[in-house]
Amino acid sequence: MAEIRINRVAKQFGKTHALQAIDLTIADREFMVLLGASGCGKTTLLRIVAGLETATAGQVHIGDRRVDQLPPKARGIAMVFQNYAVFPHLTVYENIAFGLRMAKLADSEIDKRVNRTAALMHIDPLLKRYSGQLSGGQRQRVAVSRALAMEPDVILMDEPLSNLDALLRMEMRAELKSVLAESNTTTIYVTHDQVEAMSMADRIAIMDQGHIVQCDVPVEIYRNPAAHFVGSFIGNPPMNFLKASRVDTGQWRVAGATLSGPGSDKNALDFAIRPEDITVGEGPLQAEVRLLEPLGSHTLLACRVDNTAFRVIVDSDTSVSIGDTLSLNPMADRVRWFDPDTQLAVPS
Amino acid sequence: MSTLVDGPVRGGRGQRVLFIATTVILCLWVLVPIYLLFVNAVSSSSDVTTFPKPRVPAIDLESLRFFMNYQGVARASWNSLVVACTTMVIAIGIGAPAGYALSRFDFRGKSAFRLLVLLTRAFPLPLLALPLAILYIRVGLDDTVLGIACVHALLAMPFAVLINFSLFSGIPVELEEAAWTLGCNRWQAFRKVVLPLVLPGLTASAIFAFVISWNEVFAAAVLTIEHRTLPAFLLQSLNSAPLHLKFAGGAMLVLPALFFIFAVRKYLFAMWGIANR
Repeated sequence: MAEIRINRVAKQFGKTHALQAIDLTIADREFMVLLGASGCGKTTLLRIVAGLETATAGQVHIGDRRVDQLPPKARGIAMVFQNYAVFPHLTVYENIAFGLRMAKLADSEIDKRVNRTAALMHIDPLLKRYSGQLSGGQRQRVAVSRALAMEPDVILMDEPLSNLDALLRMEMRAELKSVLAESNTTTIYVTHDQVEAMSMADRIAIMDQGHIVQCDVPVEIYRNPAAHFVGSFIGNPPMNFLKASRVDTGQWRVAGATLSGPGSDKNALDFAIRPEDITVGEGPLQAEVRLLEPLGSHTLLACRVDNTAFRVIVDSDTSVSIGDTLSLNPMADRVRWFDPDTQLAVPS
Repeated sequence: MSTLVDGPVRGGRGQRVLFIATTVILCLWVLVPIYLLFVNAVSSSSDVTTFPKPRVPAIDLESLRFFMNYQGVARASWNSLVVACTTMVIAIGIGAPAGYALSRFDFRGKSAFRLLVLLTRAFPLPLLALPLAILYIRVGLDDTVLGIACVHALLAMPFAVLINFSLFSGIPVELEEAAWTLGCNRWQAFRKVVLPLVLPGLTASAIFAFVISWNEVFAAAVLTIEHRTLPAFLLQSLNSAPLHLKFAGGAMLVLPALFFIFAVRKYLFAMWGIANR
């Protein structure tokens, strides 16, 4: 049982506030991804849970123990680092056995665990090698095996795949997900790669400037961004935003067209729609096509609507050319609205 | 920028000639005196003054043998060895922790400290010699092996600190952090992960401190009378000795230093920021 409770955790580096009163609860055996651009505080938060960084304020509980005053070794965690941190002076076997030897386990138990985790990560033929003789992907596997061999309550991963090439990353992503699902550990996984986050996470916590902006299951984050930032960060390409001004209660003027929207008494809102939630043909929005990107499965159109960049995803068979003017019809149930002052979503 | 990595020999023919000429001059500058020193050391006493040297020198170890049996040489060598070893221990004992702290922690005055460490070499030893001698006589350190070792350690310290700083900086801090998460405390992580990785470099910086002490003559000559180190002893006794004995003494002095410096050259380059190729 290893629920992680992060309570009002804040971190200051000199005058900069890296984290501002973070509250986050991660359920036992949950796979939580901290997602955000670099400098948003996600790695700092992970390192505070690991005990490699001390929080300026707040508490961290793992299971029913308060751990924020404990050294890393007393927290029941294992960590996988971005640059692998495989000990270069030890063989793969000794790397995986390192923590087990520190825990003074019997040699037979160590041997059993090393062999089991090495087989799990498919590095059993490499046990006698040194890290200098391994590729980046193999080193990453050693680092993961080393963490799993500890049989920790919590595994912390700090951008573990970001140093791998694209193909390897995709392969490791699927493998990590299944291995961790079977290991019964609670996982916190830090990444800036939204595909990684979407594909692996049970829940994603999106971070920006030391805050958690939204924490929810991947689909919900994609469909219903809680804030302007989330919509503009998640999705490739991200959401389109247009300025909307109030005409009447529930009626909003967007790029010359009148659309029905939330009954807010604000004078201005931001209209948002994902590029794939738009049909071309009859519609209220007039778009001028500036650029075509045929991507095979679909074609990405970079347009201008109301002098704002606006992207549309259409079927690759659609015949469009640069300079065309299209009529766009945003799917009504996929339109989202944001308050430009608070940046938060406004329910429609 | 890959062309830069291949070395400075780029550009026109003139540049290449200049580069080669400079290299040759620098090499001769260092090698010719060493060559003459060794040739004369193994020549017979009558051959020492002849010039040009015969192409194949007649090996005559008589000067060396005489020198080795010369009274006081053995004792001075022993003193030198003890002083150099003590210097090594003090310099590493202080230099290694200082280097570790510089590479791992941020503290106020860090860059000032790095500069100050180098500044200890800015005061010429002759300037310090008199006050130092008086101080040593007062505290009773004069004419002791420990006393010279302390001065030598001071001379070796900037190098020890800076070499160790670059050594520890070369060990990613994540390796230590990984060790902490795997059940080590700070000291265990240092001993099990950092130490094995820096050990070759640490040895090199120790040897470098040894060589600095072994070669140092001024402080040793000023601060000792009875417990002379080899260079100080040679300075005193060989002043009036015949030429061939001077060469023999010089050769004996240079040899260990040359050998050790050659052994640790890789780490000295690392200290000066030159990639070892």
